[in-house]
Amino acid sequence: MRLVETQGLEAFYGDFQALFGVDITLDAGETIAIIGANGAGKTTLMRSISGVLRNRPESIRYKGEAIGALDAPDVMARGIAMVPEGRRLFPSLTVEENLLVGAHGRKVAGPWNLDAIYDLFPVLRERRKNPGTALSGGQQQMVAIGRALMSNPDVLLCDEISLGLAPVVVRDIYAAFPRIRESGAAIVIVEQDIAQALRVADRFYCMMEGRVTLSGRSAEVDRAAIHEAYFGAGRHELA
Amino acid sequence: MNWLDTILQGVLLGGLYALFAAGLSLVFGIMRLVNLAHGDLIIFAAFLILFLVSALGLNPFLAAVIAAPLMFAAGWALQFLLLNRTLGRDILPPLLVTFGLSIVIQNGLLEGFTADSRRISAGTLETASVPLGPVNAGIMPILTFASAIIVIVALNQLIYRTAIGRAFRATSDDPVTAGLMGIRHDRIFALATGLAMVVVTIAALYLGTRANFDPSAGPARLIYAFEAVIIGGLGSLWGTLAGGIILGVAQTIGAAINPEWQILAGHIAFLLVLLFRPRGLFPRAVD
Repeated sequence: MRLVETQGLEAFYGDFQALFGVDITLDAGETIAIIGANGAGKTTLMRSISGVLRNRPESIRYKGEAIGALDAPDVMARGIAMVPEGRRLFPSLTVEENLLVGAHGRKVAGPWNLDAIYDLFPVLRERRKNPGTALSGGQQQMVAIGRALMSNPDVLLCDEISLGLAPVVVRDIYAAFPRIRESGAAIVIVEQDIAQALRVADRFYCMMEGRVTLSGRSAEVDRAAIHEAYFGAGRHELA
Repeated sequence: MNWLDTILQGVLLGGLYALFAAGLSLVFGIMRLVNLAHGDLIIFAAFLILFLVSALGLNPFLAAVIAAPLMFAAGWALQFLLLNRTLGRDILPPLLVTFGLSIVIQNGLLEGFTADSRRISAGTLETASVPLGPVNAGIMPILTFASAIIVIVALNQLIYRTAIGRAFRATSDDPVTAGLMGIRHDRIFALATGLAMVVVTIAALYLGTRANFDPSAGPARLIYAFEAVIIGGLGSLWGTLAGGIILGVAQTIGAAINPEWQILAGHIAFLLVLLFRPRGLFPRAVD
C-alpha cells in the first residue's frame, strides 16, 4: 500500500527555493533512505512532509489524502511522526515526560508505549526521572526516537539521527531499527553516512541542490553513480 | 511599632501581591509575553465582581465564582484572537499591544463606571479577626494568603503533574517541536491566558474587598506584580510568593515608620534584591 507520495514538491524559505519538484514514494512496511550532502534539501523534505513547512495540498499525499497544506499537529494526528534533526528534547521535561508528550496529539493503541520503549532502549528506564538534556547525546537520540514512536505512527521520519554521535553509539541506535520495522512502521531515514543508510534501507533517494539526482534499490547500488549524484561530479550528464 | 503585628500584616499582604503576580508569571513563563495590561485586567475583574454584587445582590465570593469562568473565556479569546498575532521574534509588538489594551481598558471602565473610587463589601467578614498568639489577624487577609497558597499549589500541580502542564512546559521550551507532538501552541497560549485570568479574578476579589479601587488603579498593581515576580525569580511560583511577602513586609514596615513611606519602602526592597540577586531569589535552573 502506498503511504506517502510527493509529486513535484517545491519548498521555499521566503524567496529562497529549497526544493525543485521532488518525487518520492513510501510504501507500507518499507524503509527508505534520503541521502545527500549538506544543503541538498533533505531536512527541508522532512519538514515539508511533517507539516512544519506548509506546501501546496496536492504536492504531498498520505494514504491518498492531500496533506501538503496541513500543519504539524494535523499531520502528526494522521500517523506521521518525526525525529527532528538535533533531537530537540524538551529541557524542562524528564526523560519519561519527553516520551509521554510524544503521544499528546495521537493516542492510539499499538505496539509502542512506555514499557515497549524502555525495552527497546533499556538505559532510558534507569534514567527516566532525569531531565532529558542531562543524558549523553546517544541517549538523547534514543529519547527522541522513543518520543516519536509513542504515537504509534505508521510513518517514522528520522532526520540525521547519527549527526554528532560516535560511530559505536550510532551502531547501537541503528540496532533498534529492525524491531521498529517489525512493529509495522514505515521508516524514512535521512543520513549523510551513505553506507549506514544503505545498510538499513530497502531503497534510497540521493538528493543534491533540492532535486532527486538518483534513486534505486539499496541492494543494486552503483557506488560510482551515487558518488556522482551525491557530489555532483558529472551532473550535467545526469541532468 | 509592634514588630510582630507589622510583619504579620506584611506577610498577609504579600499573599495579595503573589496573587497579582501568579497570573503574570504563568503567562510570561509559557509564552514570554509581558502583559502590560495585567493590572488593568485585575481592576476590570474587580469591576465585574462589583457589578455582579450590586446588580444581582450576590455575595462577593459567589460573584467571583461566576466571574471566574467569564474571565477565563475573555482571557482565552484575548489571547487566541489578539495576542497570539503579536508573538514572534520581535518582543516589541506584544508590549505595544498590551500597553494599548491597558489604555483601552482604563477608558472603557471610566465610561462604564465613572472615575469614582469603589469598593466591594464583604459584610461582617471585613472587620472579623482571629487572635494569632499575641496579635490579631483579619479574616480577609488570612483568606487572601491562604488563597495565594492554594493557587500556587494548584498551578504547580497542573504544571508538573498533568498532561496539560507537560504541554505547557514543552511549548515554553520549543513551540515548533511541540507542534510535531501534536501540541497547538496557539491553543496552549490561549489556555494559559485563560487560567491567568482565573487567578486575576481571585486577586480582584481580595483587592476589591480590601481597598478602594478606581479605573486608573491598574498600573500600580502591575508594578507590584512585576516586582514580586522579579524578586522571586522568573519562572518560580513559590518564588513569586516569597517576592510578594518581601514586598508586603517592606511596605508595612515602611508605613509603620511613616505612612508616606509605604510604597517607597516596597520599591527600595525591590531595588535591593535586584542589586544583590539580579536573577531573583529562586531563579529557574533551566532558561
